[in-house]
Amino acid sequence: MSSTLYTPTEHQDLLMNIIESLKEQKGALIPILQSAQDSLGYLSEETLKTISRELSIPYSEVTGVVSFYSYFTTVPRGEFVVRVCLGTACYVRGGKEVLEELKKLLDIQVGDTTPDRLFSLEVGRCFGACGLAPVVLVNDDIHQRVKPTELAAILAQYRVQHSEKEAAEGASA
Amino acid sequence: MNFKQYILVCGGTGCESSKSDEIYRNLLSAAESKDVKSDVQILKTGCFGLCEKGPIVKVLPDESFYVHVKPEDATEIIEEHVIKGREVKRLLYDTSDSKANKAMENLDFYQKQFRIVLRNCGVINPEDIDEYIARDGYAALSKVLSEMTPDDVIAELKISGLRGRGGAGFPTWLKWNLTKEVESDQKYVVCNADEGDPGAYMDRSTLEGDPHSLIEAMAIAAYTIGADYGYIYIRAEYPLAINRLKIAMEQARGYGLLGKDILGSGFNFDLEIRLGAGAFVCGEETALIASLEGERGMPRPRPPFPSVKGVFGKPTVINNVETWANVPVILHKGGKWFASIGTEDSKGTKVFALTGKINNSGLVEVPMGTTLREIVYDIGGGIKDGKKFKAVQTGGPSGGVITADYIDTPIDYASLQKLGSIMGSGGMIIMDEDDCMVDVAKFYLDFTVDESCGKCAPCRVGGKTMLHLLEGITKGKGTMDDIEKMKKIALGMSKASLCGLGQTAPNPVLSTLRYFEDEYLAHIQEKRCPAGKCKDLTVYEIISDKCIGCGLCARRCPVSCISGEKRQPHVIDQEKCIKCGECYSVCKFEAVSKK
Ligand SMILES: Cc1cc2nc3c(=O)[nH]c(=O)nc-3n(C[C@H](O)[C@H](O)[C@H](O)COP(=O)(O)O)c2cc1C
Ligand code: SF4
Ligand code: SF4
Ligand code: SF4
Ligand code: FES
Repeated sequence: MSSTLYTPTEHQDLLMNIIESLKEQKGALIPILQSAQDSLGYLSEETLKTISRELSIPYSEVTGVVSFYSYFTTVPRGEFVVRVCLGTACYVRGGKEVLEELKKLLDIQVGDTTPDRLFSLEVGRCFGACGLAPVVLVNDDIHQRVKPTELAAILAQYRVQHSEKEAAEGASA
Repeated sequence: MNFKQYILVCGGTGCESSKSDEIYRNLLSAAESKDVKSDVQILKTGCFGLCEKGPIVKVLPDESFYVHVKPEDATEIIEEHVIKGREVKRLLYDTSDSKANKAMENLDFYQKQFRIVLRNCGVINPEDIDEYIARDGYAALSKVLSEMTPDDVIAELKISGLRGRGGAGFPTWLKWNLTKEVESDQKYVVCNADEGDPGAYMDRSTLEGDPHSLIEAMAIAAYTIGADYGYIYIRAEYPLAINRLKIAMEQARGYGLLGKDILGSGFNFDLEIRLGAGAFVCGEETALIASLEGERGMPRPRPPFPSVKGVFGKPTVINNVETWANVPVILHKGGKWFASIGTEDSKGTKVFALTGKINNSGLVEVPMGTTLREIVYDIGGGIKDGKKFKAVQTGGPSGGVITADYIDTPIDYASLQKLGSIMGSGGMIIMDEDDCMVDVAKFYLDFTVDESCGKCAPCRVGGKTMLHLLEGITKGKGTMDDIEKMKKIALGMSKASLCGLGQTAPNPVLSTLRYFEDEYLAHIQEKRCPAGKCKDLTVYEIISDKCIGCGLCARRCPVSCISGEKRQPHVIDQEKCIKCGECYSVCKFEAVSKK
């Protein structure tokens, strides 16, 4: 998940490249939206308007598709997206308790982002790792057999990762 | 090159999340630094199935099956096992009857299994087409293209008795034949890899462990029905599987097994991957088609069926991953061979994802007709923490529960249906005495209500009303009337909903009502949750005889509603208690009761 901010021109160039490379295939709208979100972090109104114009698909139809699929987000997400599995295997092995604890620790509700833009909290329906339930995904990292008591340490790990990255960027700049 | 030994490292999602990649890299570098790189080949394979004991590493030809391996164990495996020929005993899988080294096939977990779909998972390196070919891969495609007519292929599939593994169990030969018979300038084949059932990952493991089997099967179908293009619709949540598929497609193109003029036969076929965008209903075939076309994934009325009017309005064969994975084996070994496995109405095997309160959670593949008892006890090693088996849920949100009374039922399409559940795609969630069946029903209904696309009223409105009633029951506000109301709504939903999601959404409720009516009654009449799961009906109390007054619970209680003098029995203020259960779990003297 990238939350890097691009300058408006970089943003526009990237988007146009994505559209150009995918628009020839049949049913191109969803692949373009996916690709745009993966590169730009989220789908802004501006992004959606560009896609609508370039594909000659009415804007309302584009937003209809975006709101239908849970993969898409129109607001910027945190640097780390924490997704708690609430699939059946995770549910019976305590996924709900894990979610409650995360809400407490981050002090946000599902779908929200912490004020420092570090963490977003989401729920998922099975990540296909049910043998290791309950499962929490932080960006692409799978944390398995998570106990509520371990969550603080897991979050701390990412806070460290964030400060190290900032320090490195500060040093190179 | 001929290696003396082989080390297979599980590269399935489960094991990768427990650092199997680091184990793999450490093994490589240890082999390098000890200068034994030319003696031992180190490979990453697909899932071995026994995810509970992962990460798993297997050494051949000794057949040593190492479990719970850690990255730091790599050096020891190379130094001790590879160089000195001594097994690392402490890492061996320890079965209860014998501590000796045993071949994987002889482990209890594998003994009753029969692997057709998972034949290559944990055996080959999924990123190397040559290993697939060495295990008869692409032999079926080559045979089909050189010796068989489309009708021959269909005849063979008919003999095999293969039925769809994605849920409904529709005969595969019939689906293909319908599509073949339609005249059209363009046809498509589609692989349904949306795997929406929450709590199941059979398809994921097959895709990760044996991607070429899908490519081969889809090419065979395309030849049979007269298509030249195909789509694999896969969940975006499966990055490893997507990556392995991409590698496999590239390799197949390089070998002339995908693309133009395949194997010099004049037959053209190519494939494209499309990612799902997180909507359960898109696993339903007509919704999947809408999604492939770039629209909102809403189901469409059938007929017309996809075999006549599918992707972009063209005749389309859609099959599930597991269905596809059976096809090359059937054509290679013959339909008769396949039909010799299984029961009268259900041929072959079924892969189940065994999860929940079970000792060996993992992926199992058994012949149709295997009993639930064999799966739960012989393969699954029984219930976790010595608890009592209560029920197993099959068929996910469209299915139902099977109770201890029916544990000896041979599993096939018909027997499960008779019990009020369905085969479904293969999720098997084991539940024990701590699971509340009303809560489980609510969980599934909450899922389907959340995932309903809202296109038709019976599903949209009926689901919500029913969920509301269930919530009331779990809060102690239910009445006996509610049960009748739910049954009525269920009937309406199953009859009038447009697609399978709405039609089957009431099943978990009906099924738990059928087998666990007493639990519903306890919630409604006694305002009590027998399993102690429903918070609003649970009461925590301190047993004054047992409490030594250590004060731990009082310090931990988030709302400070426990009070008492030091070394004197404490009490809970029931008015203020939010039933978080903290006192119950922290007390070291079992002085807090939960009712
Ligand atoms: C709500 C709903 C969800 C479904 N989800 C899936 C799925 O995730 N994977 C799948 O293969 N089939 C799913 N199906 C079944 C498909 O509609 C279709 O029957 C199947 O892909 C056909 O393949 P098969 O004949 O090989 O089983 C779903 C059906 C419904 C009604
Ligand atoms: S039954 Fe439910 S999911 Fe299916 S079309 Fe109707 S509203 Fe949509
Ligand atoms: S923790 Fe247990 S023993 Fe200690 S005060 Fe609480 S109930 Fe009593
Ligand atoms: S259940 Fe929670 S809120 Fe109630 S007394 Fe125990 S610790 Fe306090
Ligand atoms: S139910 Fe959580 S990973 Fe499958």
